[in-house]
Amino acid sequence: MNLLWFHLMPYTDLPEDFRDKHPSVWVDIDSRLFDPQRAHTLYNDFIDELEYAAEVGFDGVCVNEHHANGYGLMPSPNLIAAALARGTKDAALCVMGNSLALYNPPLRIAEEMAMIDCISGGRLIAGFPLGTPMDTTFAYGQNPSTLREKYDEARRLILRAWSEPDPFAFNGRFTKLRYVNIWPRPIQRPHPPIWIPGGGARETWAMCARESYVFAALSYFGFEASRSVLGGYWQEMERHGRDRNPYQAGYLQFVGVAETHAEAMKLYREPAEYFYGRCLRVDPRYTSPPGYTTESSVRAAATRPTQGVAQFQDRAPDFGQILERGYIVAGEPDEVAARLRQIATDLNIGQLMLLLQFGNMGKPLARYNTRLFAERVMPQIADLFKDQWEDRWWPQRLKTRAAATVA
Amino acid sequence: MVAATAEDTGRGDRRMNPRIEAKRSRTVEVNGQACRVWEKGEGRALVFLAGFGGLSRWTPCLEHLAARRRVIAPSLPGFPGTSTIGPLYNHLDWLLAAHDLISGAERERCDLMGVSLGAALAADVAALWPGLADRLVLVSALGLFDEGEPSADPFAQRPGTLPQLLCANPERYAAHIAAADGADPVEWTVMTTRANEAAARLLWPVGDTGLASRLGRIHNDTLLVWGEADRVVPASYRPRFSGGIAGKTRVEIIPGAGHMVDLDAPELLAQRVDAFLSGARA
Repeated sequence: MNLLWFHLMPYTDLPEDFRDKHPSVWVDIDSRLFDPQRAHTLYNDFIDELEYAAEVGFDGVCVNEHHANGYGLMPSPNLIAAALARGTKDAALCVMGNSLALYNPPLRIAEEMAMIDCISGGRLIAGFPLGTPMDTTFAYGQNPSTLREKYDEARRLILRAWSEPDPFAFNGRFTKLRYVNIWPRPIQRPHPPIWIPGGGARETWAMCARESYVFAALSYFGFEASRSVLGGYWQEMERHGRDRNPYQAGYLQFVGVAETHAEAMKLYREPAEYFYGRCLRVDPRYTSPPGYTTESSVRAAATRPTQGVAQFQDRAPDFGQILERGYIVAGEPDEVAARLRQIATDLNIGQLMLLLQFGNMGKPLARYNTRLFAERVMPQIADLFKDQWEDRWWPQRLKTRAAATVA
Repeated sequence: MVAATAEDTGRGDRRMNPRIEAKRSRTVEVNGQACRVWEKGEGRALVFLAGFGGLSRWTPCLEHLAARRRVIAPSLPGFPGTSTIGPLYNHLDWLLAAHDLISGAERERCDLMGVSLGAALAADVAALWPGLADRLVLVSALGLFDEGEPSADPFAQRPGTLPQLLCANPERYAAHIAAADGADPVEWTVMTTRANEAAARLLWPVGDTGLASRLGRIHNDTLLVWGEADRVVPASYRPRFSGGIAGKTRVEIIPGAGHMVDLDAPELLAQRVDAFLSGARA
């Protein structure tokens, strides 16, 4: 199993009364809450944390993309990935942006990702999210009714731009270019591995099955919430005649490790309650623009209304509820390892993305969590699936290294 | 695909009064799909383009209008009475679809009425195809946008708040889109969701269809109707229509009505429209 250290880069200084005084952490969040001087410190701390994770042995580091968002300070994940391409040596750079439909022309993504792949020596994992409704349709004004088509057209353009040796013309519905000829080109041929973060849209599962992409279930609500999503994905894979190679599935988990269970309970309460209380305060005005959800998903939700998984919620669970519902796995190393092994086995996921900094967690605690995980949890779970399946969705250069390390 | 069986058949009315005739239903092909056309009444044709939600049922406003003229209510792609939005990717696509729908529903020169987004399209059709319509009725017309005084965002609504935005009597809109007796609830949800998506396809993100630059091409006698309590379109937009349209305009403000005037004040609106359409023609 690959273990990836994922950073959301949350703004850590949202006020205590944020829930009471502000309707949303997203789209129309009050800019007066943002202190650029504070962000100077945060960005540098966060990059340090990612570099530290790579240093202590995580297989990959992940960044992602959000806009007008108080818990995600990376409108451009490529900027951070560029810094990491220099600041890390042997970790995969998993860029879980870019939302393909947001850029005009989308060639910009092909170019920047090629740059990152070149700078890093072929360590890029290219994440192609559709993007949340808040990011894409409200913060970036894209039409929700055509977003998926635009995304898919951009995806096809980028793949051709990466792989076709000669200049070509592209006459898409949303992008028209007489000369497509990007320079530089990615090191990885025909292109870097492609991962698709997503939720429950069957169309996304089908694309991953058809095109051989990794499907990554990125939920903030733990194992139970993701069980039906990944279950649906594996069923869709089966329908397409694909095997159950766990490396073609990813899953995101919040984790807090400490020397003892009691210490974990003490250390991680505040950052957890900060994240689930303040960061997930999203005004429902922005969560369901018409057309964002596909008609088949609308029909499925109307047929089985109780099975829908809310990505955002208008309530603030306390730490007890957060743990009880499995949003965060916290405890001493052995219990965390046992739980993660069980989750990965049950969900059949070979790409485990870990949020070891979350909420308003400061650099010392993030570092402690990361170190304990690397030293005491990682050795207990890294072997999972390693001898049984081939990981075809990982940068080739790093696979060689991993094999050498294992040997 | 299972039909939502969106229907109020008028049977209740006819049981009470056997002389009330049922509306007639046929289809017109637009972009290869059959779009439902409802028709009722006799006399001069008035083509009606509905607003948000489309027509999942025949409305009291249409019933009032049909007492004095032949009301023709075709369904735009994506709205109830159709099965898909289809290949509508830019405003030219929408205008061609609206033109083909109107001209397919009524071959003769007709009067043309639209509400809300239907009015935005009706205005554009009148601007681009001057021979198609005689008199024009624009009710709560969309299509303009002013950064200094933005119109409301009908797509950024908390659950259950859209009716309050659209109607002064929110229960009217809620009833307008509520599932008909005997309809498949799942398919009804799909149908009403698709209608919202179609509106978004046309209007996202700010509702500016570029109509402002074409108002001067409208030479029709035009009735502009606004709900006094419209929460979607600011009152400052009204003179832009009356001042921009090249033809003779008349403005009617309907007291107490919200954006969807046809739902809030069906009888009063029909009276005003009747008065305008029955006036002496040039």
